[in-house]
Amino acid sequence: MAQAEPLIKAGSSLVADRIFFLAMLGCGLCVLALVGLIVYELVTKSNLSWHAFGWQFFFRSDWDPVSDQFGAWPFVYGTIVSSVLALVLAVPLAVGVAVFITEMSPRWLRGPLAFTTELLAAIPSVIYGLWAIFVLVPLLRKYLEPFLGKYFGWTGLFEGTPYGVGMLAAGIILAIMVVPIVSAITREVMTAVPQAQREAVLALGATRWEMIRTGVLRNARAGILGGVILGLGRALGETMAVTMVIGNRVEIARSLFAPGYTMASVIANEFSEATGDVYLSALVEVGLALFIVTIIVNILAQFLVWTVTRGMPARSHV
Amino acid sequence: MSSTAATMGLAPPRVSLRRRLTNFGVTCIAAGCVVLVLAPLCAIFGYLVYKGIGSIDWAFLTQTPKPVGEAGGGMANAIAGSALILLVASTVGVPVGIGAGIYLAEYGQNRIGNLIRFTSDVLNGVPSIIIGIVAYGLVVIAQKHFSALAGGVALAIMMIPTITRATEEMLLLVPTSVREASYGLGVSRWRTTLSITLRTATSGVITGVMLAFARVAGETAPLLFTAFGNQFWNWKLNQPTAALPLQIFVYAISPFDEWHRQAWAGALILIVLIVVAVSAVRIAAGRGMLKGGN
Repeated sequence: MAQAEPLIKAGSSLVADRIFFLAMLGCGLCVLALVGLIVYELVTKSNLSWHAFGWQFFFRSDWDPVSDQFGAWPFVYGTIVSSVLALVLAVPLAVGVAVFITEMSPRWLRGPLAFTTELLAAIPSVIYGLWAIFVLVPLLRKYLEPFLGKYFGWTGLFEGTPYGVGMLAAGIILAIMVVPIVSAITREVMTAVPQAQREAVLALGATRWEMIRTGVLRNARAGILGGVILGLGRALGETMAVTMVIGNRVEIARSLFAPGYTMASVIANEFSEATGDVYLSALVEVGLALFIVTIIVNILAQFLVWTVTRGMPARSHV
Repeated sequence: MSSTAATMGLAPPRVSLRRRLTNFGVTCIAAGCVVLVLAPLCAIFGYLVYKGIGSIDWAFLTQTPKPVGEAGGGMANAIAGSALILLVASTVGVPVGIGAGIYLAEYGQNRIGNLIRFTSDVLNGVPSIIIGIVAYGLVVIAQKHFSALAGGVALAIMMIPTITRATEEMLLLVPTSVREASYGLGVSRWRTTLSITLRTATSGVITGVMLAFARVAGETAPLLFTAFGNQFWNWKLNQPTAALPLQIFVYAISPFDEWHRQAWAGALILIVLIVVAVSAVRIAAGRGMLKGGN
């Protein structure tokens, strides 16, 4: 480092320090301002629809831009069903993967396995959608849906024409997208369980699975639940892949084969074409509802993960 | 374990067949889960390469889209448009994100700091389509038409929280003693932060920036009603602009085989860019280049 030059010039450096501090504070406040702006934009732009329909907006199922009547229930329903379906499929898989990577796999395989599952998270949504349209949907239409319809049609969940495109396709593609998130968090909370806990259970004569069940999973369950909820947050807000395969039809059907619609998809499809103030406002209100729900879900998830990993240094998933 | 127990004169642990079978069964199930999860990954990459590689040719990389029904044409304008939008996003998002990260790490041990940390996590969880609505309200309405600038702003908003938290984490890894050494030489605080602390953590901060970049590079939803898409070349910030993910979306849901072929080609290019970025970061991290002063 250069010396000789007197580095202490009290007056000027104090001013410079002050300016620097304010600039950095400004950047930090930008983050606050952005969230504020999001809330402001969503609230003001949805005002019109809120005043026209009130709470009923979320429970009515007519969506009729021609006569300016809007009810968001089909989208709320589609969002809930597709996300829940995704979690039902993804959570057992994700926990299985996390258990295998942290407790069972040989040490040399851990890094590569962790990396590959995380690679799933790096694939853009639109590419999942593309793959789903041309690979997953034909598979569903030709094989899986006729099979489910034949043997499980009596449940009412799998009846009707197997289009391929529909709620089931959306649920499956969402499940594939949610797995890396849930499994990453599960791994994080499982590694946060103290090693002594494992050794203690093993010393009592437990097999490896008994050790995992009683020593690890039981201690990590709050955090795993957090991961599941974080996955839910992702599934609720996921747009492109779902829009490409869910069928985009404003209807509520019991069968998972039927096409549906989600909150994010309706915004994606109709926002740039929405003519009329009430129409646009109704779409923004759908967005506001989605925003509030995902925020609550994410905060809850972070709190749950924190209850398990608190006191641990933040770690990357290598 | 059983041999030590035997030498100590204890009965070797008897594990019943049922328990051993359960243990074995669960191990198999867990391994099965891994296989089931990796299968779609392989299928996606396999299809991308299989469908995409034959479709990428010189025309695809250099031409703009042809009208429906004509063969040929390409996505050159979409690739350039994506570059333009990402340039805008990085120009806006990277300095603000790093600045906010510096604030959190160096001055943020107080209530405002906690509030910023919390909101940045909130911002991280906001669905991308909502960011699109907001950028539409902020930029598109003000400009009165769709534009590359609006797309860039939307992506910048998505980059900021990731970069902020990564920067904070990396700066906190730099030991206090390094800062104190600098103060001891009489270097002012701002100079210490920029030339010593941030310098030490540079590679970690770059990792954060690259991850944020990779995350937004494939984003489509926030561009739908901000950048909007364009069939022609555009280098102006205030005009609608094509973007690679947007073009893939439009082509994928179209009914034309020729467009489907190009969608696969575009997807292959996009994924290669993203995987290269992410793996480069991984390799750098694995070599210990990012450990900072720790």
